[in-house]
Amino acid sequence: MATCENCCIELVEIRKSFGAQEVLKGVNLPIRRGLTTVIVGESGQGKSVLLKHILGLVTPDSGQVLVEGQDVARLRGRALKELRTRFGVLFQGAALFDSMTVFDNIALPLRERTRMPAAKIKDKVYATLDLLDLRGSEDKFPAQLSGGMKKRVGLARALQLDPEIMLFDEPTTGLDPVRSREVYEMFHQTQQKLGYTSIIVSHDIPKIFNLADYIALLHNGVIQACATPEDMQRCQKPVVKAFIRRVMGEMYTSEIEAQEFARGI
Amino acid sequence: MISWLEMIGARALKIVNDLGRAGMFFFWSVVGIFRPPYKLSPIIKQIYVIGATSFTVIFFTGAFVGMVLGLQGYHTLKMYGAEGALGSAVSLSLIRELGPVLTALMVTGRVGSAICAEVGIMRISEQIDALECMAIDPYRFLISPKFVASVFSLPLLTAIFNLVGIAGGYLVGVHLLGANEGAYLATMKSAVMMEDIWMCFAKSICFAVLIVWICADRGYWVHLNADGYGAEGVSRATTHAVVISSVAILVFDYVITSLML
Repeated sequence: MATCENCCIELVEIRKSFGAQEVLKGVNLPIRRGLTTVIVGESGQGKSVLLKHILGLVTPDSGQVLVEGQDVARLRGRALKELRTRFGVLFQGAALFDSMTVFDNIALPLRERTRMPAAKIKDKVYATLDLLDLRGSEDKFPAQLSGGMKKRVGLARALQLDPEIMLFDEPTTGLDPVRSREVYEMFHQTQQKLGYTSIIVSHDIPKIFNLADYIALLHNGVIQACATPEDMQRCQKPVVKAFIRRVMGEMYTSEIEAQEFARGI
Repeated sequence: MISWLEMIGARALKIVNDLGRAGMFFFWSVVGIFRPPYKLSPIIKQIYVIGATSFTVIFFTGAFVGMVLGLQGYHTLKMYGAEGALGSAVSLSLIRELGPVLTALMVTGRVGSAICAEVGIMRISEQIDALECMAIDPYRFLISPKFVASVFSLPLLTAIFNLVGIAGGYLVGVHLLGANEGAYLATMKSAVMMEDIWMCFAKSICFAVLIVWICADRGYWVHLNADGYGAEGVSRATTHAVVISSVAILVFDYVITSLML
């Protein structure tokens, strides 16, 4: 059972193989309520697979995915459906319905999952369009949007059912640095306003360090460390140290070490 | 020897697995028809896509099949001095066999391939995952309206095919080749029984289910195919879907005919 206080999600000893390849080899990860946890790691380490476990789209070979104490792998039918309404997901490619307009994409969860009258749906969708600076694009189709706008529409759609937990799968892949920064600002602003817990899978280091409350490094099928960005940079574990050095460069770690040296640590 | 046996075993397991998955796919799609919220607009949209947009191709196919039947039938029957029976020959072959089978084959080529590609692309671009994450049943939302629309549309298209075919046979047989008009209509009326019409509709309803089932299933599970992912995987799945449903239509045509004749 969950051992972590103030955690809304806890992954306990998750193992998963695809064919002969074991991708996850006993993943333990607590996700703290209301905060942002970023899962980092090199490509092919199973970060997206981990997200799919949380959503119940993939079942672990062993271990538990506890969401508010409920094991997702054991949930079926209505219980799984109810659990999923707590989640909002922004997929890597935004996963917008390409035969629907932006408005219809955003309105879809409200039309399908609630009994809200059409006028109220319209108001709510327009309020989200304003929040994410998408006014004027409501009649466009996804193919007519830029990468950054697609992500915003994806986020707008994910926010319609007021999720408690938002999952972002590689939210800035394929975007230029300016657009990436816009996307991060958008996350930050919406999280400040709506107060959801967010889990982000990202390659975008060191930029993502500014946004994260906790960083989890997935390497060789296990979470090597899960700590605040500062602690992560100070971590002495060789795997973590090597990763930080590789992605942030020698200078960055040296700077921290220099600061620590100056403070007499 | 062992690897050969392993290969056969793996192949057999895959077939059983695929059949089981297809069975569950059909079950959940049918359940989805009866699940709220009930919406008419997706069904009407699919009736337009499957039925209305197929009208032209069915009209021309029906007309030329009827015309060629009139042409061939007239010359064959004339050898036995039985050209008066042209009406019954054309109408029975159309209503019992050619109407439902050729309509279903045309719809498979036109609509079945489109269904497979559409569902397959939705799968590989994570749109189906997105539906599941929004707790929207993908079967009810995507597949069930296609089943209902297909079961409505195909019998109607078959009826149009038969009607236009009989008219085509009449045009060629009576007006171009000079068969007797009264004999054409009278033999048609006396030869075609209500059981023939029932058989025709039973076949077209069965084919309607087969087309959507096979084509949507191949698209829905495209990501599980070991022999290709992405655009290539979808194109391969679409080809398989059209081939499998065309063969299934011919097999089931034989089965239904043997049961109902």
